[in-house]
Amino acid sequence: MFEFGIVFSAILNGLTQGAVYALIALGLTLIYGVLHIINFAHGAALMMALYGVYFLQRSFGLDPYVSLVVMVPLMFAAGYAAYRWVIGRASHGKDENILLVTLGLAIVLENLALFLWKSDTRTIETGWTYKMVPIGPALLPLPKVLAFAGALAVAAVLLFFIKKSDLGRAIRACAKERQGARLVGIDVEHVFAMSFGIGLACLGAAACFLLPAYYVNPTVGNGFVLVAFTIVVLGGMGSFAGALAGGLLIGVVESLGGLWFGESLGQMGIFLIFIAVLLFRPQGLFKA
Amino acid sequence: MKKIFIFTGLVALMPVFVTSGSVLNLVVMILYATLLGQAWNILAGFGGQFSFGHAVFFGTGAYASAVLQAKFGWNAWAALPAAIALGAAAGAFIGALSFRYGLRGSYFALVTLAFAEVFRVLANNVPFTGMGVGLMLKLEPGARNFQLERAGFLYVILAFVVIALLISHWLKHSRYGAWLQAVRDNEAAASALGVNVFRVKLGAIMLSAALMAAGGVFYVQYFQYIDPSIAYGPAVSIEALLGPIVGGLGSVWGPVLGALVLNLLGETTRGLVENAPGVNLIVYGVVLVAMISFLPRGLAGTLRGLKR
Repeated sequence: MFEFGIVFSAILNGLTQGAVYALIALGLTLIYGVLHIINFAHGAALMMALYGVYFLQRSFGLDPYVSLVVMVPLMFAAGYAAYRWVIGRASHGKDENILLVTLGLAIVLENLALFLWKSDTRTIETGWTYKMVPIGPALLPLPKVLAFAGALAVAAVLLFFIKKSDLGRAIRACAKERQGARLVGIDVEHVFAMSFGIGLACLGAAACFLLPAYYVNPTVGNGFVLVAFTIVVLGGMGSFAGALAGGLLIGVVESLGGLWFGESLGQMGIFLIFIAVLLFRPQGLFKA
Repeated sequence: MKKIFIFTGLVALMPVFVTSGSVLNLVVMILYATLLGQAWNILAGFGGQFSFGHAVFFGTGAYASAVLQAKFGWNAWAALPAAIALGAAAGAFIGALSFRYGLRGSYFALVTLAFAEVFRVLANNVPFTGMGVGLMLKLEPGARNFQLERAGFLYVILAFVVIALLISHWLKHSRYGAWLQAVRDNEAAASALGVNVFRVKLGAIMLSAALMAAGGVFYVQYFQYIDPSIAYGPAVSIEALLGPIVGGLGSVWGPVLGALVLNLLGETTRGLVENAPGVNLIVYGVVLVAMISFLPRGLAGTLRGLKR
């Protein structure tokens, strides 16, 4: 149907987009795996992080990649505080409550952004925004290549951290058996808040990689939320490797779907995959 | 039951004494929010199934009515039952799929959200919905065409709300309602006692979807316009769940109370902060989080607790 070159560059484009999706989904799957809750405020938090990167560049001239050192700790702190003071308190031991509270937070953040910054779509420009990198027969924009590399690097760091560090072990312990974790002296509430913080810190990183090739407006998060949910479900809720693979897969599916069926119907393909996986394989594609 | 009669009488007398258009408009909007809230409440409050994509039923009702009128030349009143039936059918379809495969809790919330998105993308891309531009109804004022004066609309939406309240009252006091609440509280136990869990849940989602579709039809007639993001966007889904949660889940009067309080709050903030898009939604979000944190039983539940 299409020449090899076009399909090849669509696949590469999908992979770079998918890596950023994966990074967003990693945060979501970490929060789900540990807290067993779905963070509906994930998209709104990403939107806030994108505004953060935008204003750091506009007001202080910070390069989006330098902003990493500001945004990652900032988002971590915001996530920790949000869990400690709002989400954790509201749960009353019921999962539906957390679902609704994160939805409430999303409504507040989204409309706060609308109130403060209006609905304008904003972009940033740096010296290298339009640089292209040749890969085989395809030409890719430099920001996308960097986003791909950066997202994979962050994912590797996160996986290593969860596997090897003490906090990582505590997080895995709480994910498996929170009662047992409490009994061996783990401060479960602290670990929950840390996990939420790390989940949002992933968004801080994702925002820095995303903005140079993307845009920001108050509803930009919505587009990512369902995609991230899809990836998390595809990969098996709570699985990091699954989120990574699912992210890349969805990126490619979206890119090829857009090539063959047009942009918006390509999007629908993602939702249909999502529904089908939820119905027929809620444990995820990769689990036996 | 008596309370429902008193409520109906009081609201029905309003157009006699109140002549201000903006006040009547506010009453209509409160009743409209009550209808959406009560629809959501039937599935979530009584049935324990939290949908985050109730817009899918609203939009189906709205589009069914608008398309039948604009493209097939149906009379608006004839389109009303057809639209409600189509809404219920959408409920049956989504419910049958999700409940057959045992989706619960967060998974059910996600799948409804995804269905709403699929329908939104579809409405944006198929020609007979007018695609992204939306559909506008021809202006033909008159009771025959369901294009009424404000007081007329008030009576129509009041009738819908009363039906919703009666259904809710029936759920409180009937055998079917008891089954539904048993499924909400403990599905395994209800099933062990011989309740057909699947069929009970399916009935609830169809009732809920039918009321939601009625809300969609009303929206189209009142504003004479519909587009994909109004019909299937997240705003309607959120409006439907805010009222019952603030007012009190699983109660007859919770959604009424929630819609009343939220709309009055929204009007007040809009009056205080002028020319600020989204400011009333900030307040709604804060109220939602605060209610779940401090008064998880909602206003109605808390008031009942105080009386004792």
